[in-house]
Amino acid sequence: MNDSVAGIGARVLRREDFRFIKGRGKYVDDMVLPRQTYAVIVRSPHAHATVNSIDSSAAAAMPGVVRVLTSKDFEAFGGLPCGWLVNNQNGDPMVEPKHPILAEGKVRHVGDPVAVVIANTKAQARDAADAVVVDYSELPAVVNMRQALSNPPAAVHDEAPGNLCYDWALGDKETVDAAFAGAAHVTRLEFTNNRLSPNAMEPRCAIGDYDRSNGDHTLYTTSQNPHVIRLLMGAFVLSIPEHKLRVYAPDVGGGFGSKIYHYAEEAIVTVAAKVIGRPVKWTSDRTEAFLSDAHGRDHVTTAELALDADGKFLGLRCDTLANMGAYLSTFAPCVPTYLHATLLAGQYKTPLIYCNVKAVFTNTVPVDAYRGAGRPEATYLLERVIDKAAREMKIDPAEIRRRNFIQPDEFPYQTPVALVYDTGNYEATLSAALAASDYAGIAARKAEAKSRGKLRGIGLSCYIEACGIAPSAVVGSLGARAGLYEAATIRVNPTGSISVLTGSHSHGQGHETTFAQVVADQLGQPIENIDIVHGDTARIPFGMGTYGSRSIAVGGAAIVKAVDKIIAKGKKIAAHLMEASADDVVFENGQFKVAGTDKQIDFGSVALTAYVPHNFPLEELEPGLEETAFYDPANFTFPAGSYVCEVEVDPETGVVEVCSMHASDDFGNIINPMIVEGQVHGGLVQGIGQALLEQAVYDDNGQLLTASYNDYTMPRADDMPSFTVDHQITACTHNPLGVKGCGEAGAIGSPPAVINAIVDALSELGVEHVEMPATPRKVWRAIQAAKK
Amino acid sequence: MPTVSMTVNGQTVSAEVDGRTLLVEFIREHLALTGTHVGCDTSQCGACVVHVNGEAAKSCTMLAVQANGASVTTIEGLSEGDDLHPMQAAFKDNHGLQCGFCTPGMIMSAVDLAKRNPNPTEAEIRKGLEGNICRCTGYHNIVKAVAQGAAGMRG
Repeated sequence: MNDSVAGIGARVLRREDFRFIKGRGKYVDDMVLPRQTYAVIVRSPHAHATVNSIDSSAAAAMPGVVRVLTSKDFEAFGGLPCGWLVNNQNGDPMVEPKHPILAEGKVRHVGDPVAVVIANTKAQARDAADAVVVDYSELPAVVNMRQALSNPPAAVHDEAPGNLCYDWALGDKETVDAAFAGAAHVTRLEFTNNRLSPNAMEPRCAIGDYDRSNGDHTLYTTSQNPHVIRLLMGAFVLSIPEHKLRVYAPDVGGGFGSKIYHYAEEAIVTVAAKVIGRPVKWTSDRTEAFLSDAHGRDHVTTAELALDADGKFLGLRCDTLANMGAYLSTFAPCVPTYLHATLLAGQYKTPLIYCNVKAVFTNTVPVDAYRGAGRPEATYLLERVIDKAAREMKIDPAEIRRRNFIQPDEFPYQTPVALVYDTGNYEATLSAALAASDYAGIAARKAEAKSRGKLRGIGLSCYIEACGIAPSAVVGSLGARAGLYEAATIRVNPTGSISVLTGSHSHGQGHETTFAQVVADQLGQPIENIDIVHGDTARIPFGMGTYGSRSIAVGGAAIVKAVDKIIAKGKKIAAHLMEASADDVVFENGQFKVAGTDKQIDFGSVALTAYVPHNFPLEELEPGLEETAFYDPANFTFPAGSYVCEVEVDPETGVVEVCSMHASDDFGNIINPMIVEGQVHGGLVQGIGQALLEQAVYDDNGQLLTASYNDYTMPRADDMPSFTVDHQITACTHNPLGVKGCGEAGAIGSPPAVINAIVDALSELGVEHVEMPATPRKVWRAIQAAKK
Repeated sequence: MPTVSMTVNGQTVSAEVDGRTLLVEFIREHLALTGTHVGCDTSQCGACVVHVNGEAAKSCTMLAVQANGASVTTIEGLSEGDDLHPMQAAFKDNHGLQCGFCTPGMIMSAVDLAKRNPNPTEAEIRKGLEGNICRCTGYHNIVKAVAQGAAGMRG
């Protein structure tokens, strides 16, 4: 390992920052193509309605209007595909209704696209969009999941008359029921995991461009995974082969899952550009984002935990209703199943687990993966029901967790819900978090708060997540319709500079720094000589993109594999130049050396020789120094940690103040601690936001009441405390860097820690649960209800 | 169409614009200064903050014609060439940005905050940034950056 300051483990300042702090970032909406036009989308104001007619004649005649498109213009194309098939308990496949690009005869959520107006300026397109007359007949809206199944006011799709997408289960119910029958104690909790809007600060944007000279399409889009968009849109929607479709996602302003999916607007601008023969740009405004970006979470769950008299877990039984919204978004079906139920063992040795998930269609925006995706829901379920059990059994919340932890010597550990954890040390992160938060000293702080009329509480949460998504064969057997490997190319240029082409996409994660640190470390080269290239299908061989905390664990591993191939070839070239055997050449600190001699040749000379092969073993080696590797992970990675939150509640107003939050995480080896800490901070605020502030609220008619920043409560600087974080390390055993991934942990671990802290503060009043988001009104009502 | 004239980053600019053109649209679309961003449509997120006559303003909430005759500074005009303003340097030094989208508005607000309050406490920084939303950083490092940037501006 290279010990230069830019290598693995160093707090290297980010290389991408300069352009952003100077205002020189290049986001899609910053791009202007010659003769560019602007698209504005006419969207349904109704949650559920029949579209009787669309009259666009007035709009088409307005100044600057180039074209108005309706669903008729998209008849030749397929619907937006779903990337994951989940089967019912009886083996039948889920109901998978068509998701048309533009609504065909019926609209199914407020915001469903109905028509597209294209004009020379955005203002002209907006004006004309207002002049498109759509005649609707309203239908009853399906909003509430329980009602959607038990007493449906309507069917969202004719194919699913009872609004059930699938009824799926994991585990053997009879065995689990038997464990409950013999339990000394059973704890039960019913709760909602609140619906969230991801809210990346950059609204989505897409530009379609078509080259009539050669039939090539280019889509510039705000995507976390441009190759996946090329695959989904090219192969399944528009029938454009890969070699005729370039997808380019330049700087992207945050994703959090919401920019994974293939959206209708990408297909719309791609088609429209060819139809009108000019580039077409669509930029979402914020309300449009609330109405069209996939939402997250939205589970209604009943969880039961069976324990013996010592507080050992005997079994876990849960039922979840998961909202799919109006259509199946790209990854939606796998979120409440394979990313949720499989995590229900948590850090514990619960021997028996049963989970039933019913996925439900409603007249709401599609729901899909949002930072954590299923794993926050699983962690919240488990960490809330365990905390309630501890309180009921009068066992300290930390102690009950310790009694059930999987121990460090028990890895690899096969859970009852399909996963095999490779490594971990849960006591280490819990101990660190308890010490850093002075868990033992809470009684004095509670007493001091009480003297001021406040109720103080402390809550903890021990999370695990499955990241490094994912072994292709495993996910394929579970219904994934793609492989989930990653690709990388290392191109060593003739003068020794290095281009790293990666299929991972960076939209805030800092890959241009972290990945360069890995390559600098392994090739012993200055980081300044290394360029990380991402986001462009025209430049990068292939890729599956960034989500599920997979970039370093899968994308980083692909880079290491490609580096290994570069070193192997370099050794052969160096051996030739030094007249030695390749087996005797070692590579250290950027030098090829003949072992046991003082002969050496530097990396740059080998690179130059590879491209100027005057003295080169041409009979056994090709010129050039460029290698590509694909890495398919052997297993998921399992980051884990313990979070401790301390809150103070004003019982007069119900206002909750987060006084402190400590995160102790095990992400395996760490490339850049500064960036990892930043990822944790951001995740914590999204998790605290879920716990205290955020909720996407629909009324009974399916109107989204929280479709702007005046209504949806985004966490702001003055809502949050500063944080303390630390890292404990057990290296991942099955990838070359020993890394696990860190992007989602903060959002996964923090919500139950916050709610557990609030319940701890209010427990003396008899409060057992407060729903998220724990707004002052909800907390105040819980206090009043407990008083009665 | 009305004509607007103003000084932007020291340059005098003049153009005929649709009367409803927002200052942010004028900056982004007419002047191609794309460092100023639009993150919402309700004047909440602060991605569009610029300085108008030396004070922070949300450029999505002003018409271009309202800035007629004004002196406007955008993120591109905060420092010359490849130099960094102390607040820009502080954001880099403290990892105060991730995706970078809110960053220009955040920096412009932070500079304004530090001008009004040269030695702000953590609570004052948090309160002062209430009009700027960041979804990536959790604000932790932004708060540190603003404290350092303010110190740098004090000299």
